[in-house]
Amino acid sequence: MANSYLDISGVSIEFPTPNGPFKALDNVNLKIEKGEFISLIGHSGCGKSTVLNIVAGLYNATQGGVILQGKEVLQPGPDRAVVFQNHSLFPWLTCYENVRLAVDKVMKGKPKAERHEWTEYNLELVHMGHAMHKRPDEISGGMKQRVGIARALSMQPKVLLMDEPFGALDALTRAHMQDSLTEIQAELNNTVIMITHDVDEAVLLSDRIVMMTNGPAATIGEILHVDLERPRERLELADDPTYNHYRAEVLKFLHERHAKKDVPQSTKKATTTTSDAADKKEEDKKDVAA
Amino acid sequence: MLNRSIRFFELTGMNWLIPIANLLAGKNPKAQLNQLLASIGAPLVAFLIFLLLWSTAASNIKTSLGNLPGPSQTWEQFESLVDEHTAARDKEAAFYQRQEDRNAKRIEQGKEPKDIRPYTGAPTFFDQIFTSLYTVFIGFAVATIIAIPVGIICGLNSTIYTGLNPLIQIFRPVSPLAWLPIVTMVVSALYTTDDPFFAKSFITSALTVTLCSLWPTLINTTVGVSTIDKDLINVSRVLRLSWMTQIFKVVIPASLPMIFTGLRLSLGVGWMVLIAAEMLAQNPGLGKFVWDEFQNGSSNSLGRILVAVFVIGIIGFLLDRIMLTLQKSVSHDKTQEIR
Ligand SMILES: Nc1ncnc2c1ncn2[C@@H]1O[C@H](COP(=O)(O)OP(=O)(O)O)[C@@H](O)[C@H]1O
Ligand SMILES: [Mg+2]
Repeated sequence: MANSYLDISGVSIEFPTPNGPFKALDNVNLKIEKGEFISLIGHSGCGKSTVLNIVAGLYNATQGGVILQGKEVLQPGPDRAVVFQNHSLFPWLTCYENVRLAVDKVMKGKPKAERHEWTEYNLELVHMGHAMHKRPDEISGGMKQRVGIARALSMQPKVLLMDEPFGALDALTRAHMQDSLTEIQAELNNTVIMITHDVDEAVLLSDRIVMMTNGPAATIGEILHVDLERPRERLELADDPTYNHYRAEVLKFLHERHAKKDVPQSTKKATTTTSDAADKKEEDKKDVAA
Repeated sequence: MLNRSIRFFELTGMNWLIPIANLLAGKNPKAQLNQLLASIGAPLVAFLIFLLLWSTAASNIKTSLGNLPGPSQTWEQFESLVDEHTAARDKEAAFYQRQEDRNAKRIEQGKEPKDIRPYTGAPTFFDQIFTSLYTVFIGFAVATIIAIPVGIICGLNSTIYTGLNPLIQIFRPVSPLAWLPIVTMVVSALYTTDDPFFAKSFITSALTVTLCSLWPTLINTTVGVSTIDKDLINVSRVLRLSWMTQIFKVVIPASLPMIFTGLRLSLGVGWMVLIAAEMLAQNPGLGKFVWDEFQNGSSNSLGRILVAVFVIGIIGFLLDRIMLTLQKSVSHDKTQEIR
């Protein structure tokens, strides 16, 4: 079989804990082609972020490994840009400076004017041209996430990794961001792995949805091919039977075959949701202000 | 202009000046007056009550040096200290003038002019203030130069932190009074130049300040560095920033608010420690002024000591305000309230 663009093969990982090693992932296998959009979905705590971090090179697998374009991934690098859930912009830099930091790194040796132009281009791409000289604490959550995406795109990564990029946003902003991402994707055709807990988001954006079993020792449970024509229109799809079929498939996987049982996890989840809600209120205020 | 001065008042923690600025700009005078009354009125009333309690208490407390001075006697002593200072300055000027006149005469007569001898009058109260400020800044600066790098290293490397932590915890609570004899002996043993640029007593007090004001900055820097958002560190790893870039572009800016919190505490500790060190070690400065007046035991002494107490307090307050302003200006989240 021909080598695929990105090959996650036989990945297992154990974290050392005070109660002995904790096996988070067991034998995860996934082949991804260039330009594919993959969503990772699964219950919280199952190991989605861990998979992403291994591809990013931030964690090292205990067994197995990741091969990108024929080369093994051993450490993090700008060819695997990451968009984190909480934007993770440097708060002391403006939006422009945040992106510029990445641009200066990946376009080392190129003339200043060119780097400046590329920084601005990427900020325009995510519709943040108007606020690029503001600091992160002066813009809304959605805008911060846009800048985070611009920073990742500016590295022209081979794979774009996104860890619940819109998870902390309110529904309306999230829909906006999904549309923006669709638009960018149509233009750049990046290879993307995106973690999400939003079923609609997964079906709307992905070529394949990778569903993970519950941890510990989580692995890939099922993979769903989404054969919906692009461009996909949110409103049209709402009544589309194929779309609803895919949606139901994912829901069935999550809530019938791999329903969460253990209590402590669900209480933990409840607390995070409430704090998310508080975040959202904060964000909303800023959205109005902006 | 208005917005800029309001921003300045907010930054320096002088929020009560904002309504005055608005008032001067003619913005909604009635509301501004009410706000002014609320922000200035209460402290004013509290201060008046304090003065009242002080003067009644003072007139009822008899010491071996006479009555405890009340507000008005203290104020008189302040004025006399100012007078003494101006008198001393006039004397100094006159002293130099005399020497220059004499030299001018010698030149007229065709003789070599004599070297100008330095004035050696006793330091006034205000000279002592200056000495204390200078000492505290040097001690604080040395502490900062040591504490920030060590704090950064401890924050980055948990093994080093685990190693140093017990030492930090043991030395941190040690009172300056315990350090002082050791510092004095070590300084006399090691600092033995014939023509010292710094006085020994100065080095002793500055070092004592250093030893005591090291810890808040060290601990806060460590905490600041070790609690940097992991995602920010991950971003710098993804970008493959070099070690130096990581320190200067990520680690230091990210922990700057905590570093400044530490610096503010350190300067406060340093100022408090300095006064005690000066008293005990007879080093020049405000502490020595207080001690000398105490030993002096004239009828004015208690009043003068009270003046010193207020000056020490006000200077400490001003230093804290300066640090607060710096702390606010480096804070990432401008909406957060820092007091
Ligand atoms: N650095 C780590 N050390 C120990 N355990 C970890 C570490 N990172 C993740 N885990 C554990 O691995 C499991 C999967 O975590 P994660 O990948 O963050 O889940 P998800 O992103 O799907 O919510 C969790 O049980 C978590 O506690
Ligand atoms: Mg996660």
